Amino acid sequence: MRFTVAGSIGILAIIAIILGLGIPFGGYLYRVFTGGHSRFEAVFAPFERLLYRLVGVNPSVQMDWKAYLRALMLVNFMMMIFAYLIFRLQGILPFNPDHIPGMSWDLAFNTAASFITNTNWQNYAGEQSMSYLGQMLAITYLQFTSAATGFVAAIAFLRGLVAHKSESLGNFWVDLIKVHTRVLLPLAVVFAVVLVGLGVPQTLLGAQIAHTLQGSTQTISRGPVASLEAIKQLGTNGGGFFNANSAHPFEDPTALTSVLEMIAMGLIPTALLATFGKFIANRRQAVVLYVLLTALLIIGAFIVYANEVGGNPLVHQALGLSGPNMEGKEWRFGPALSSAFVAMTTAFTTGAVNTMHDSLMPLSQLVPLLFMMFNLIFGGKGVGLLNILMFLLITVFLSGLMVGRTPEIFGKKIEAREMKLATVAMLVHPFLILVPTAIAVVTKAGTSSMLNPGLHGFTEVLYAFTSAAANNGSAFAGLNGNTVFYNLSLGIVMLLGRYVSIIAMFAIAGSLAKKAIIPQTSGTLRTDTFAFGSVFVAVFVIVGALTFFPALAIGPIGEQLQMMSHIVGH
Amino acid sequence: MAKQSAKTLTGEIVSHAIREAFVKLDPRILIRNPVMFVVEIGFLITCILSLDPTIFGGYHHPGQRTYDLLVAVILLITILFGNFAEAVAEGRGKAQADSLRKAKTDLTAQRRKSSGEYEVVPATTLRKGDIVRVIAGDMIPADGEVLEGLGSVDESAITGESAPVIRGAGGDFSSVTGGTKLLSDELMIQVKVDPGESFLDQMIRLVEGASRQKTPNELALSVLLAGLTLIFGIVVDTLEPMATYVHGSIGIATLIALLVCLIPTTIGALLSAIGIAGMDRVIRFNVIAKSGKAVEAAGDINTLILDKTGTITIGNRLASEFIPVGGHTEKELIESAVISSLFDETPEGRSVVDLARERGVSFAREAYTDAENIEFSADTRMSGLNLADGTIYRKGAVDAIRRYVEEHGESVPSDLAQKTEGIAKEGGTPLAVLRGTEVYGLIYLKDIVKPGMRERFEKLRRMGIKTVMCTGDNPLTAATIAKEAGVDDFIAEAKPEDKMRLIKAEQEQGKLVAMSGDGTNDAPALAQADVGLAMNSGTMAAKEAGNMVDLDSDPTKLIEVVSIGKQLLITRGAITTFSIANDVAKYFAIIPAIFVKMIPSLQALNVMRLTSPQSAILSALIFNAIIIPMLIPLAMKGVQYRPMSATSLLLRNLLLYGVGGVIAPFIGIKLIDLLITALGFAHV
Repeated sequence: MRFTVAGSIGILAIIAIILGLGIPFGGYLYRVFTGGHSRFEAVFAPFERLLYRLVGVNPSVQMDWKAYLRALMLVNFMMMIFAYLIFRLQGILPFNPDHIPGMSWDLAFNTAASFITNTNWQNYAGEQSMSYLGQMLAITYLQFTSAATGFVAAIAFLRGLVAHKSESLGNFWVDLIKVHTRVLLPLAVVFAVVLVGLGVPQTLLGAQIAHTLQGSTQTISRGPVASLEAIKQLGTNGGGFFNANSAHPFEDPTALTSVLEMIAMGLIPTALLATFGKFIANRRQAVVLYVLLTALLIIGAFIVYANEVGGNPLVHQALGLSGPNMEGKEWRFGPALSSAFVAMTTAFTTGAVNTMHDSLMPLSQLVPLLFMMFNLIFGGKGVGLLNILMFLLITVFLSGLMVGRTPEIFGKKIEAREMKLATVAMLVHPFLILVPTAIAVVTKAGTSSMLNPGLHGFTEVLYAFTSAAANNGSAFAGLNGNTVFYNLSLGIVMLLGRYVSIIAMFAIAGSLAKKAIIPQTSGTLRTDTFAFGSVFVAVFVIVGALTFFPALAIGPIGEQLQMMSHIVGH
Repeated sequence: MAKQSAKTLTGEIVSHAIREAFVKLDPRILIRNPVMFVVEIGFLITCILSLDPTIFGGYHHPGQRTYDLLVAVILLITILFGNFAEAVAEGRGKAQADSLRKAKTDLTAQRRKSSGEYEVVPATTLRKGDIVRVIAGDMIPADGEVLEGLGSVDESAITGESAPVIRGAGGDFSSVTGGTKLLSDELMIQVKVDPGESFLDQMIRLVEGASRQKTPNELALSVLLAGLTLIFGIVVDTLEPMATYVHGSIGIATLIALLVCLIPTTIGALLSAIGIAGMDRVIRFNVIAKSGKAVEAAGDINTLILDKTGTITIGNRLASEFIPVGGHTEKELIESAVISSLFDETPEGRSVVDLARERGVSFAREAYTDAENIEFSADTRMSGLNLADGTIYRKGAVDAIRRYVEEHGESVPSDLAQKTEGIAKEGGTPLAVLRGTEVYGLIYLKDIVKPGMRERFEKLRRMGIKTVMCTGDNPLTAATIAKEAGVDDFIAEAKPEDKMRLIKAEQEQGKLVAMSGDGTNDAPALAQADVGLAMNSGTMAAKEAGNMVDLDSDPTKLIEVVSIGKQLLITRGAITTFSIANDVAKYFAIIPAIFVKMIPSLQALNVMRLTSPQSAILSALIFNAIIIPMLIPLAMKGVQYRPMSATSLLLRNLLLYGVGGVIAPFIGIKLIDLLITALGFAHV
C-alpha cells in the first residue's frame, strides 16, 4: 500500500467536514454566551432557571476576574476531591458488577488530576481497574465538567478582551450551566445514540464470559461505553473506557465511527475560533487563523501519513518486505485514517488514540510531539484558544515594536503586566516538559518504567510529560506509568500545566478588561492579515523549536538519523 | 548647544566609554540588566574552571583548560561590548551636559533684601521667591519671571540660537532662564525655582541619563527578555541530564557557552543604549524631552492638536485680491488701496503694497512725504493717509468704514454687503477701501498656510495620525484654512477650555493626544495631553506643564518627534527579532557539536560543516559577542522610519531583521570557524 489518492482525499475531507460544521457552530456558541436566544429557548431557559434556584445562584451577578477565577478554581478543586474519593472507594460502592477494588492513593491522585485537567492520561486500564460507578460518576462526569471549565475560561477571556473599561468577565455559574445545557449535553446525547446505532455498547451488565470454539473461556468487557465515548471526543478528553482506547472495537468499531469521532473532537476547538472572531467582530481575523492552523494540521497529518505508508526502511532491508508500517495499527482503519487520527488527537489535544503512537516511525512521532509542544493547532477545548491568544499577545508585542508603536492587541495596550503574565504562561509549558523529563531519564524510578532502551526510551518519557503538560493525555505506550514516581510527577505536571496558564490568562483578561479600546488608525498594526498571521506562526514555531530542539534531537530526530545511518552502513 | 556638538563619536567619548565599560562590570550595576548579568555569572564560573577544570566535578582532558579560558575571555568581551554600547550612548549625552554646565558655573546675583537694598550673593543660594536685579551684560542667575522692565536676552547657551529674544514683564514672554545673558536694559526678576531644580539642571540630568528611568515599553520588553532567558536556562539545565541518559557529559563551559548564545544578549546589551540614543536624537532636534516615556508616547500619537496661527499659517493675513464695488475699476481701487497703505508698516499693509506692485501699480513714498499718516487704532479700526490737498484715503474694517460713510451722510454701494459676505464665506478677511467718502472696493486678506504644511499633514495621515486645527476664527474662516492646509478636523472659535475638552474626549476613546502651546492658558491642556510640547519662548507655566520643550519654538516639530518615537520602538523591535532569529543558526552549530560524541548520526545536523565541536561552539560564541559592537551604529542611529502602512512596514522590517537574522549567523559562524581552524584553535 502506498500513499493513495483515496487516503489523501479522506484526510482532507475529514478536515473539511470539521471546519464546515465547526465554523457555523462557533456562531451558535457566540449567541449562547452573549445572551442570545436559542430556537429551543423554551426548553433550555426554564431548566436553567431551575438549576440556578437549586444551587442558589443569582444569574444577573457579574464577576470580575478574581471572583470568576475563584469560583472556577473552587469548583475544580471540589470535583477533584470527589473523583479521588470515588476512585479510592469504588470497591465498596455500587455499580461494580466485576468487583473491581479501589485504586491505590497515587493512582487515584493521578487519575483525578488527569480527568479534572481534561488531560485523560490513563495509568489504569479501564476494564480492569475502574468500576461502572467510577466510569460514570467520576470519569464521564469530569469529561463534561473539565471540558466546560476550559470552555468558560476561554469565553471569560474573550469578554475581557472586548470589554471597554470594565471589570466584568461574566458569571461563572451561568456560563458553566449553559455550556452543559446548551452545548455539551445535547451534543453528547445525540452522538451517544449514533454510536450505539453503529455498534458501541451501552449497558450496566458486567463482563460477558464467552466460550470459544476451542472450549476455552474468554472474558469480554463491556459497560456504559457509548455515553463515555461521546463526551470523550466532544470534550477533547480522550480517556477511553478500555485500555486500548479507540483502537478497541467496542469504542471505535468501524472506519465510520473513527471518522465521526475525529469530527466530534474537532468540532468545538474549531468552532471556538469562529466564536472568537464574532467576539472581536472581525471575521478576517478568524479566517486568517483558520487558514494557517488548518494548513499546519494538514501538513502534520500528511507527514505522518507519508512516513507510515513509506514503512520502515530497516525492515525492508533486512526482510525484503515492503509496504506501510502497520505495527500498532488496526486493519479496519488503515494508514490514512490512523495518520489523520494521530495528527488530530494531538492538535485538538484530545488524546484518544486509535493507533499506537509508540510504533510510529520516528519522524511521524515528531508530529504529535510538536503539536503538543505548540499546544495551539486549534488546541483543546478553550485552553487551545487561550494559548493562541497568549502567543498572539507575544507576536503582537514583537511586531508592534517593529511598526513603531507601543504594542496593542485588538485595541488594548500591552504593557509590562500583560507581558509578565504572558511570559509566565509561555514559560510554564517548556518547564513542565523538560525538567521532569530530565529528572526521569537520570533516576532509577524514571528509567525502570521504560520499555525500550536508547533514544526510543527517551522519546517515551518525553512524550509522557509533553502529553501531560499539554493536557493532551494521548499515551505513547511503552512506558509503565503506574508507579508512584510517574503517578505523582505526571499528576503534578497535569495540574500545573492546566491551572498556571489559566490563572495567568485570567489575570491578563482582568487587566485587559479595564483598559480602554483604542480606535484603529492606518498606523495600527492589523492582526487580521496573512502577513501578521505568518509572523504569528513563525513566532510560535521558532520559540517552540528553540525550546524543544535539543530534546527532540536526542529523541525522534536522533532516532531517525540513526535509522538512516544504518541503511547507509549496510 | 545641540547643533554644535552633533558630531557622532569623538575620541574623547570613545576613550571615556572604554573606561566606563570596565567600571560597569561591577555586578551591582550589571544586575539591572538581567540578561548581561547571566553572562557575567557565566564568566565567573568559566574563570574558576580555567583555573581548575575539575572543581565542579567532571573529568579533565588535555586542552580543557585552554578551552575554558577561551570561553571565559569571549564572555568577558561580550559583557564589555554591551557596557561599551551603553557608555557611548551616555557619553554623547555627557558631552552635551558639560557644555550646558559651563553656562551655569560661577553665577552671582544681586538679591533684593527686605530693606530694598541689593546684596551680591552666589546664584546657588537663591531660593524660590527671591527677587533679583539683572543689568545689561549680566548673566541671569536663575529661572524666573520678569516683574519689571523689558530687555533683550541672548539665550544661545540654551537654544543655540544666536538672535536675541525680547523678555519683559507681563504677557507670554515674561519667563527667563538661568544661564542666559541679558544684553540690554535692566530686569527685575522673581526667582521661580530652588537650586538644583532649574531648567538647566533638569536638562543636564536628562542628557546625562542620570534621571533616566525605564519606560513602560522598555519594562515590558525586559520582562519578555528575562522570560526568554529563563526558558533557555531551563533548556540548558535539562541538557546535562539528557546527555547523561545517552551516556555522555557536556561540560560546564560548553553549557554556559550554549546558554549565552541562546539568551537574547544582543538586545540585552543594546537595550539601554537604544533608549539613551533615542532621547539624544530628540535633543539633536533641539527638543528637550522630560522623560523617555514622553518620546515613546510620541510614537503612539493618534491625534495632533495644532494652533492655527503661527503653526499652520504664517500668522499674518496677507492681501490676496482686490475686489472693486459700486462701478469702480480695479485700477482705481488698487491705487486707493496702495495710497492708504503707503506708510502702513504692518504685515497686512506691506502685503497690500506688494500685491499692488505685482499688479503693476506702485507709488513712491517720497511723493507723499507731506501727507499725514493715520495709524490704526482700536477705536476707529481703520488707517490711512490724509493728503496735503485734503483727500482722505482709508482702509479698515468694513463696518467701521460704512459707519464713517453714513456719518458723512453718504451711502455705501449696494454690492458692498454681498461682496463682503462672499469674502467671509471663503474664510478671508475683507478690508474696505475709502477715498473721500466713497467706498472703492475691498481688499481680500487671507491667512497664508505655511509652505509644505499640506505635505506634512499628508505624511501624518499616512502614519495614522489625525490632525486637528484650533483657531479663534469663525467656523467659515476655519473651514477654509482647514481645507487649504489639509488638516483632518478643526475647532473654530476655540477657547482654551475647548482644547482641554477635545483632549479629554479623544483620550476617553483611548487615543493618545499631542499638542503644542506657549501661553499660560495652554498650560492645563499641555499637562493633560500625552505629549505636550511647550515652546521655549513661552511662559514658565507652559514649560512646566508640557513634557517636552522645543528650544527653537517651532510647533511643527511635533512631527519630527513622532518619527523619533516610532524609530525608537522599531529599533528595539528589530534588534530583538534579530537577536532571537540568530538562535536558529547557533543551534545548528552547537547541538551537533554537543551530542555528536554520544549520537554520531547527529553529525548530519552540522549543516555548516564546522571543523570540530570546540570550534563550532567557540565560533557561535564569538559571533554572539562581535554582533554587539557591529550593531552599535544601528542602535545609535535608529532604524529608518518611513511612513507607510503598518503591514508593509512589518513585512519590510521582518524581512530585514527576522529573515536576515536567521541567515547572517550561518555565514558569520562559518567564517569565524574557518578563521579559528586557520589559527589552529579548532582542536584545543
